[in-house]
Amino acid sequence: MYSYSEFDTAFLAERNAQFRQQVERRISGALTEDEFKPLRLMNGLYLQLHAYMLRVAIPYGTLSGAKMRKLADIAERWDKGYGHFTTRQNIQYNWPALKDVPDMLDALAEAGMHAIQTSGNTIRNVTADHFAGAAADEIADPRPVAELLRQWSTDHPEFQFMPRKFKIAITGSPNDRAVTKAHDIGIRMVERDGAKGYEIIVGGGLGRTPMIGKVINDFLPEADLLPYLEAVVSVWNQIGRRDNKYKARIKITVHEHGIDEIRRLVEDRFVETREAFSGVDVQMLREIEGHFAPPAFVQADTAPYTRALETYPAFRAWTDTNVTEHRDADHAIVTISLKKHGATPGDASAAQMRLIANLAETYGYDEIRISHEQNVILPHVHKASLPSIYSALQAEGLATANIGLISDIIACPGMDYCALATARSIPIAQEIATAFNDLKREHDIGQLKIKISGCINACGHHHVGHIGILGLDRAGVENYQITLGGDHTETAAVGDRVGPGFSADEVVPAIERIVDTYLDLRTDEGEAFIDTYRRTGLGPFKAALYPETKVAAE
Amino acid sequence: MPKAFTPKVVTANHLLAGDVIYQTATGWTRRLDEAEVLTDEADADLRLIEASQQTDEVVGAYLADVTVTDGVPAPTHFREDFRATGPSNYAHGKQVEHV
Repeated sequence: MYSYSEFDTAFLAERNAQFRQQVERRISGALTEDEFKPLRLMNGLYLQLHAYMLRVAIPYGTLSGAKMRKLADIAERWDKGYGHFTTRQNIQYNWPALKDVPDMLDALAEAGMHAIQTSGNTIRNVTADHFAGAAADEIADPRPVAELLRQWSTDHPEFQFMPRKFKIAITGSPNDRAVTKAHDIGIRMVERDGAKGYEIIVGGGLGRTPMIGKVINDFLPEADLLPYLEAVVSVWNQIGRRDNKYKARIKITVHEHGIDEIRRLVEDRFVETREAFSGVDVQMLREIEGHFAPPAFVQADTAPYTRALETYPAFRAWTDTNVTEHRDADHAIVTISLKKHGATPGDASAAQMRLIANLAETYGYDEIRISHEQNVILPHVHKASLPSIYSALQAEGLATANIGLISDIIACPGMDYCALATARSIPIAQEIATAFNDLKREHDIGQLKIKISGCINACGHHHVGHIGILGLDRAGVENYQITLGGDHTETAAVGDRVGPGFSADEVVPAIERIVDTYLDLRTDEGEAFIDTYRRTGLGPFKAALYPETKVAAE
Repeated sequence: MPKAFTPKVVTANHLLAGDVIYQTATGWTRRLDEAEVLTDEADADLRLIEASQQTDEVVGAYLADVTVTDGVPAPTHFREDFRATGPSNYAHGKQVEHV
């Protein structure tokens, strides 16, 4: 894991000292809100519906036990004892008081963390595959590149006041778990003729105009990465629209100019940037890679694991859903569900965070990841430790066996917290999870991803959910639009809207009708919801959701 | 014909705590049912200007629609309802403080 250099530490101390003074000046009245707002946003501090909200970056979703414990301490000391893990692998505190935020930032700095560029029109936290460094299907660990990008983009003088925010995601696996095609830039590590390089995707994004990213370069040599990305961002920074915030993201720039024209402009700019970099970036990457060396995987007998599988059905069910193949045959990747039925998706209490920290230190080589699906990963666990981990998780309500199932729902904070929201998300997620758990149907239903956003900005990724739910305000009443067939992986697709929206009370029955339709239509248990949908299209689902329309048409 | 003026309250977030506050005749309260109901448009505009000038105490003041029963204001829109009561997923917002 990357450890801060003296430079990182000094930079953060200086930034935090500056912000402390800015907060003091705001409280004294020396700064107006208009003057203070851009300063607080640069440091991740929002003013939401009920309180301030501090968004802390978790670079590429990677944490150590010590960092997770620090997040727990902050939740307990300055918040209400919990934090909310987000779809950008960050953590948000929902209740800080303004005067406490400088102390929170100092506490974060003690553990090598910050909230810089978690807001504003800058390059945001770089996200990565949450199985990075552990996945059996990985070409290379993407995190050293993500760390290089963090260092390059943090306080980058050219990229602090861009047309809009800019999000980068990277995966080292052909199976995309990082939603690279829905980012401003998506990076896929690829190999060609034995050489490592990158496929660069630009112009993806969700929000009010969802777009699947387009390949601007199908094989960028490793040494060219930073100058090429700098060229992409630089071109957009110049020609991206600043006249209309809804048309400012690079997806619109690519759409308006065409990918071929953008590629030409980037190539022109790249000639200049490549010269300026002089190879120092590659040297830095080599140095950073040293921080991400894989742990020395222990050799141990896996018999306790095999015995537990045979003896305990609940443990077996948990391993079926929450444990993924590791690149070392005797190890496994554990996904800890933050989606207990009826709980708030992505929330973890301080006690839960501390338990996860302890488990990572005891059994997991001190490695933790946060997923964009709002769960926590222990990426390296010897199989012999799985029964002990499961047992410990049970004690803190963290052993829910539902990863990838219908109750493993992404939900943005929605109108329960967010000032931008047009409807609530969390109660909808809670009701769906509870309803399907009561009927014990979710294991029969199988892989099904529901994603819920409480406004058109799509923080809940609803466009790429197998079932997407978008909460809107229709004449002063919460109303929910449903989309089907979205896909966040390498076969990314934006879902199709089924028809008129549903009231909050109608959402669970609507989801039940969709699921019943799928169960009737699927060829066998092996055909997942998304595959059935692709085979049948929207028709049968629409007929089930709006039977009156069918009657009217006849 | 201009739309008839409907009753309003001045609401904002508190600078230090960040929580929702409402203007009273003499200051600010955290309870909507204690807020000053404004029924005259010119008076409401003036009270909003006064509130907006208190930059060392409040942030983002605006006029919110209310219905009034026996002189007590209540929200007309669900967003204002949530602002008045707190989040619905945990009972640790204003709904607890007011018990």
